[in-house]
Amino acid sequence: MGCFKIVVLAQRLPTLFSFRTVSSDPLVEIDNVTFAYDQRTILNGINLSIPKGKVVAIMGGSGCGKTTLLRLIGGQVRPSKGAVRVAGQVVNELKQDELYALRRKMGMLFQFGALFTDMSVFDNVAFQMREHTDLPESMIRDLVLMKLHAVGLRGAAHLLPSELSGGMARRVALARAIALDPMLMMYDEPFAGLDPISLGVIGQLIRRLNDALGATSIVVTHDVMESLAIVDYVYFVSAGSIVAEGTPEQIRASEMPFVHQFVKGEPDGPVPFHYPAPDYRDALVGGRNA
Amino acid sequence: MLDWGGRRISAIGAVLVNALMRAGFAARFLLAILLNSGTAFRRFGLTIREIYFTGVLSLIIILVSGLFVGMVLGLQGYDTLQRFGASEALGVLVSLSLVRELGPVVGGLLFASRAGSAITAEIGLMKATEQLSAMEMMAVNPIARVVGPRFWAGVISMPLLAAMFSAMGVLGGYVVGVLLIGVDSGSFWSQMQASVDFANDIMNGVIKSIVFGIAVSLIAVFEGYDADPTAEGVSGATTRTVVTSSLAILGLDFILTAFMFRGL
Amino acid sequence: MNRKFYDFWVGLFAVLGFAALAFLALRVANMQTVRQHETYKISAEFDNIGGLKVRAPIKSAGVVVGRVSGIALDPKRYRAVVSMELDRQYLFSRDASAEILTSGILGEQYIGVSPGAEETMLKDGDRIKLTSSAIVLEQLISQMLFNKAADGSSGGNKQ
Repeated sequence: MGCFKIVVLAQRLPTLFSFRTVSSDPLVEIDNVTFAYDQRTILNGINLSIPKGKVVAIMGGSGCGKTTLLRLIGGQVRPSKGAVRVAGQVVNELKQDELYALRRKMGMLFQFGALFTDMSVFDNVAFQMREHTDLPESMIRDLVLMKLHAVGLRGAAHLLPSELSGGMARRVALARAIALDPMLMMYDEPFAGLDPISLGVIGQLIRRLNDALGATSIVVTHDVMESLAIVDYVYFVSAGSIVAEGTPEQIRASEMPFVHQFVKGEPDGPVPFHYPAPDYRDALVGGRNA
Repeated sequence: MLDWGGRRISAIGAVLVNALMRAGFAARFLLAILLNSGTAFRRFGLTIREIYFTGVLSLIIILVSGLFVGMVLGLQGYDTLQRFGASEALGVLVSLSLVRELGPVVGGLLFASRAGSAITAEIGLMKATEQLSAMEMMAVNPIARVVGPRFWAGVISMPLLAAMFSAMGVLGGYVVGVLLIGVDSGSFWSQMQASVDFANDIMNGVIKSIVFGIAVSLIAVFEGYDADPTAEGVSGATTRTVVTSSLAILGLDFILTAFMFRGL
Repeated sequence: MNRKFYDFWVGLFAVLGFAALAFLALRVANMQTVRQHETYKISAEFDNIGGLKVRAPIKSAGVVVGRVSGIALDPKRYRAVVSMELDRQYLFSRDASAEILTSGILGEQYIGVSPGAEETMLKDGDRIKLTSSAIVLEQLISQMLFNKAADGSSGGNKQ
């Protein structure tokens, strides 16, 4: 029931919010994309665009298809319908080598870092440089130390990933993701499972690195306060559709029930507390009678 | 009753269809590995590193097992042969059993449980912790960079390990037969050399071990790459690698033996 | 652990592996006796080859000089035709003889070649004329029992 209400809301939304003025030159465009997995629809006719140079958050509850959106943009999965455009290229129509060429201009931070456990921090950051460039080892060393310095972990270069704390691992993964100065950065739940200090550090790094690199960033998260502090624009996804969008101020001020519930973290609202079930009283009484 | 039987038959059918489907996936995976093998050979350092993990780290168990299997063969063989007054043929018995069967088969079983399971667990964990996804997003093909070197390392290591197993076994048989029991050293070696044929016995053993190496390595990398990305998924895949490889080794051994030694 | 570390151990591993292979080839199989490229073919007919098998050794004065390459039955005369490959460096005269022998009482059967006296040597494709067949254990035993029985009955008559 709740989901249905949200879908109806979504269709009314463009008239309520229309802040597409920032999209002077979108880097990423998701055009009417539907994605189904095993006949389960995860994304349903979704439209969004990410303007160049901005940090955009995609928010929503767990399992609403946010991560799938990132995978679509990275070309790891293909949509059932619609088109994903990155820098003018239709990702879902690219051949393997064209896709790999495009991915070299993308960086992605995975939820738990996904560092290569059999390599040192240094080798992790150097990985892409060694795979994709013919740079001499001395230059790779300088570049790696620069990237590590940018995330404040130059001193940890010789450590193995197993020797890092969660927050440090996330920062190393960030240094690895920006190794080849990507034009598009994607963050998959960058704040999940971090202590408040690391959380603040990662948030600031996302913003600072984006502006320093002149890149565009997509942050997939359900961490409202932290991301509202650093992003330029927010999309809310629920049940596979965009249900709301706007700048952080507009989101904070929004009276839309779903946004309100999400931002304030209320247990019940448009997203119900209870999983759909028959009436409680009937279930108890009926159970006893049967 | 009829319904019960029907369900059993359906269950057998489901198991069979599932096994065939997995075999099909594995075959396609093998093709993908072969097509992406460039990296494993162009950057041979990657493969060398994996040979260290699959081959060198299996050395101890292979050498020790080979020695003991050979020593037991020496004891058992002598006990049987001396009843027929043919204890000089001990060398023949030990060496033929080892180079034709025990070297490749027992070596392969040990290899599957020592190296195969480690490969599966490693690739499975890389998948579970999104390392393979991360690699893909960095425009590096994990089949070329991760799977290929491990597969080829297994294929290269296995025949060498089987040869070492056989050689250690023959030495073990020599230690027990000649040094401890006192079979004549000259006839131990000369009877062996007269009866063991290079092309028919040694090379067939080597061919067997190469086939087992391909089978075990393919099963190990496939199970790892195909594992559910969870802790249960990886541990299940590791078990499946050992079970499936062992069955594959024994089945292939029967087929190969039937073809190789049919004429004798 | 750096590149040199792996290189060293894998190098050692390869050396050990090939040493094991060489040990199997030279010490266990004695590969020197197999020189198939420099052989010549001859054949011989036997009444009975017993348990002779393909690839059985051919020995002269106890030295392996070749191997049996094929066994067939002549369908007209019902005699076994054994083809052999002999090492080029061992030549035998045309009147050499071949017999099927057994190494030990339970050992494998092989062909023993005894040299003749003629000047001309056997060439590729020639046939050894003088042959003696395998001793078949059952025939030997029945012959022995028959003789024993004959002795026994004659002895009985004497008494």
